[in-house]
Amino acid sequence: MGTGRNSGATPAIDSGQDRRTVVSWLLGGGVAASLASFFYPVLRFVNPPSISEASVNEVDAGKVQDLKPNSGKIVKFGNKPALLVRINDTEWKAFSAVCTHLNCTVQYRESRHDIWCACHNGTYDLNGRVQSGPPPRPLEELVVQIRGDEVVISRRA
Amino acid sequence: MRAPAIIFLVYWSLSAGAPSAPAADSCVTCHSALEEAEGAKGPAALIKNDVHIAHGLSCADCHGGDRTSDNPDVSMSKAKGFKGKPARTAIPKFCASCHSKPDVMRKFAPAERVDQYELYQTSIHGKRLAAGDTNVATCIDCHSVHDIRPVKDGMSPVHPLHVAETCARCHSDKRKMAPYKIPTNQFEEYRTSVHWEAMTKRGDLSAPSCASCHGNHGAKPPQVESVAAVCGTCHVTFEELYEKSVHKAVFSGVGGGGGCIVCHSNHAIHQPSTAMLVGPNAVCSGCHDAGTAPAQTAAQMAAWIDGLDGALKQSETVLARAEEYGMEVSEAQVRLIDGRENLVKSRLALHAIDPGEMRKPIDAGMAIAKETLAAGQAALREKDFRRWGLALSVILIGIAILAIRFLIRRVETNGKQQGPL
Amino acid sequence: MTERTNLPATDPKNKTLDWLDERTGWRMVRDMADHKVVPIHAGTAWYYFGGITLFLLGIQVITGVLLLLYYRPSVAEAFDSVRFIMTRVEFGWLIRSIHSWSANLLILAAFVHMFSVVFTHAYRRPRELTWLTGIALLGLMLGFGFSGYLLPWNQISYFATKVGTDMAASVPIAGPAIARFLRGGEEVGAATLTRFFAFHVMILPLVTFGLVGLHLLLVQFHGMSTPSGVPPSQLAQMKFFPNFFLRELVIWYGVLAVLGTLAAIFPWELGLKADPFASAPAGIRPEWYFLAEFYTLKLIPSHVWFFEGELLGLLGFGLLAAGWVALPFWATGRNGDQRTRLVTGAGVFLICYLATFTILGYLK
Repeated sequence: MGTGRNSGATPAIDSGQDRRTVVSWLLGGGVAASLASFFYPVLRFVNPPSISEASVNEVDAGKVQDLKPNSGKIVKFGNKPALLVRINDTEWKAFSAVCTHLNCTVQYRESRHDIWCACHNGTYDLNGRVQSGPPPRPLEELVVQIRGDEVVISRRA
Repeated sequence: MRAPAIIFLVYWSLSAGAPSAPAADSCVTCHSALEEAEGAKGPAALIKNDVHIAHGLSCADCHGGDRTSDNPDVSMSKAKGFKGKPARTAIPKFCASCHSKPDVMRKFAPAERVDQYELYQTSIHGKRLAAGDTNVATCIDCHSVHDIRPVKDGMSPVHPLHVAETCARCHSDKRKMAPYKIPTNQFEEYRTSVHWEAMTKRGDLSAPSCASCHGNHGAKPPQVESVAAVCGTCHVTFEELYEKSVHKAVFSGVGGGGGCIVCHSNHAIHQPSTAMLVGPNAVCSGCHDAGTAPAQTAAQMAAWIDGLDGALKQSETVLARAEEYGMEVSEAQVRLIDGRENLVKSRLALHAIDPGEMRKPIDAGMAIAKETLAAGQAALREKDFRRWGLALSVILIGIAILAIRFLIRRVETNGKQQGPL
Repeated sequence: MTERTNLPATDPKNKTLDWLDERTGWRMVRDMADHKVVPIHAGTAWYYFGGITLFLLGIQVITGVLLLLYYRPSVAEAFDSVRFIMTRVEFGWLIRSIHSWSANLLILAAFVHMFSVVFTHAYRRPRELTWLTGIALLGLMLGFGFSGYLLPWNQISYFATKVGTDMAASVPIAGPAIARFLRGGEEVGAATLTRFFAFHVMILPLVTFGLVGLHLLLVQFHGMSTPSGVPPSQLAQMKFFPNFFLRELVIWYGVLAVLGTLAAIFPWELGLKADPFASAPAGIRPEWYFLAEFYTLKLIPSHVWFFEGELLGLLGFGLLAAGWVALPFWATGRNGDQRTRLVTGAGVFLICYLATFTILGYLK
């Protein structure tokens, strides 16, 4: 609107003209810069972040043939470990691998067909229930799905 | 065993209406009256909380006699099988008359063990009792008598929380222990241990008390060879590593108990620290003179553990500071838990006395410490960046506000000029 | 500004504008803005608060839409997605914190706006409908606050929602049905989250846009209200555009600076993920704008005579709210006289009550 105003205004004295230019600059610059400081964060916000997943509810645990029957492996599930167990050819189980006693990581014992925590000898059965030792609660069970030859672990709904 | 009770119940219900009906149980009736007269709390009062009574048994089922008779001469007659109060030396056998018989126990507590008497006979207590020493503990000294509660009952003297105190009743008594020439400071020491703390402060009932290592009915100090195995029932991995270590052979030859207790002691097991490895109170220095290669290795291991501990603590401090400033660092904090686990593992690996074994968790832990420290520092930088960004933005807003105010003034002075036109 | 229309038509810029005007009639709007004036008097400053509220609403729309890019409305993902916004998305902390802070300032501004209308008696005939739409908008803002509070699915919001919907359930007769409708079931859970999400981003905004339009249209239609007792012709005036608007702009900039400062120095907390099986954390309390009501209900004994205490409280609030909504109607006597002192008294009383009980509720 500055320009529209100038065109219609009576000719001003020099010092006034100078001040107007300064004000126009200030106005244009200030508004533009402040708007930039608002839009910059917005643009950065809209830009997809490097890690595109908000949360881990599902994790690819590898191929079916990579885990032989009667064995288990630790898989990263979000920021906590999970234990995937292949009981036999067709039966799979998965649990949070965090021992409910003192948060150590549990493991599958092939010789005993159970889940064992090395820290204080807590054992769980293949349903995650405490068999012996200090753990106060069962392990959190996760869901295993076989999609083609991929094993997928997900959180229980 | 239930049969007499049932017969009695039938009898009682049939005769309930009769004016001269005998009371519920003549043992209880008479003894209650006697106790009341004497003003003492005796068996008749105590049995209310007894597990045997709860299972439908009565005085006569242990002591014999005839509870249906009001006549003491009949009810407590030899003819009716009255056994009276057993002699101390006879107590184990007295209890075992049921507790060692699977067929009897099956009716009341099918899962209960029936080998307590057998075990007791192998214990020091049992052996001395057999030799005629009546000062030693029998069944009732631990389980109490007449108000015998199940072990899981919180008021039972043999409930996990009370076992140590129960043993200490005799074993901390200097006079009682004098003839046997054994120390009496075990309970005192145990009460300073991590095990006692776990049990009483954290309420972890699986933490060991006396019986966990010494056995209960077959109580006896573990032999030198078996100390590691006893500790290893819980500290499995420690035992495995120790078995592989050079110390195993040496410690087994130490008189008066070897294995784990050479370094950790037996009853006063305290939270271990690197002060056990290096420094004036180092347990290693008991065998290894300062400057020797093993002492240097110990110092090296202590330095690794302290280094990792310090690095993790530093990360923790930086993350905590970032959090105070309102930064989200929960992911790094979760990661730090893994770091702590590696510290635990490195302390574990130490027991193999193999620096190579220990290096793995130390390296892994150091990597995590570095990573989380970087995350914390990045968060702190981000905080500064936010403040600067804010300052810049506020300055720009200030300029814009100033400019608009100028504009308003210009518009309004113009307006006044235009007004009359 | 009228000189613009007098410029020679040969100006290419003007030609374009003419073309546009022919097809949209936009100059009518411009002329309307041109003729809009704002009376100048002691209470002129209060006029700004409507604009501040509108501006904050705009901020809410923008930041809300931005948050929608990453937010996921499900029990499993809601909390993690908000944490993702706070930690992983660039400037996510800023956008979410501004959204949260702006929500609070918006409700504060709306309250100031409402009370300024009460104390300047701007609700007078013929502005009853403006008052009613304004009150409805305030209710909608509170609805936004209540529904939005749950969306991060953290411990505090979960339990606050539980308490809030429980209160609704104690309304006689319709209560249980209302609570069921709000929760989408018997308990606060997955269904409640999706429901609140739908309210927050779709249903409430649609109604709000309609009502804001109506409210502004009515304001435009009636012109600015002037203090009672002074004939509007005797008051000095300033043009709305640009004089008043530029001043409003300065204030908006100031509000923005305040928002940015709050967001940068006090980022909005995320808390702990809601756990329906955990016991309620100590000191559970709703957002400050529900605190006075919450605290009052807590003070009422569980039984007064043979009434249930909470019921009595809700009944009281209902009557109070109804009386407040109907303010323009009882503020005018049968022969047209204004009961200004009564209204002022009622306003002062309400402010004192809200302020005292909010502070007490906060200290408790």
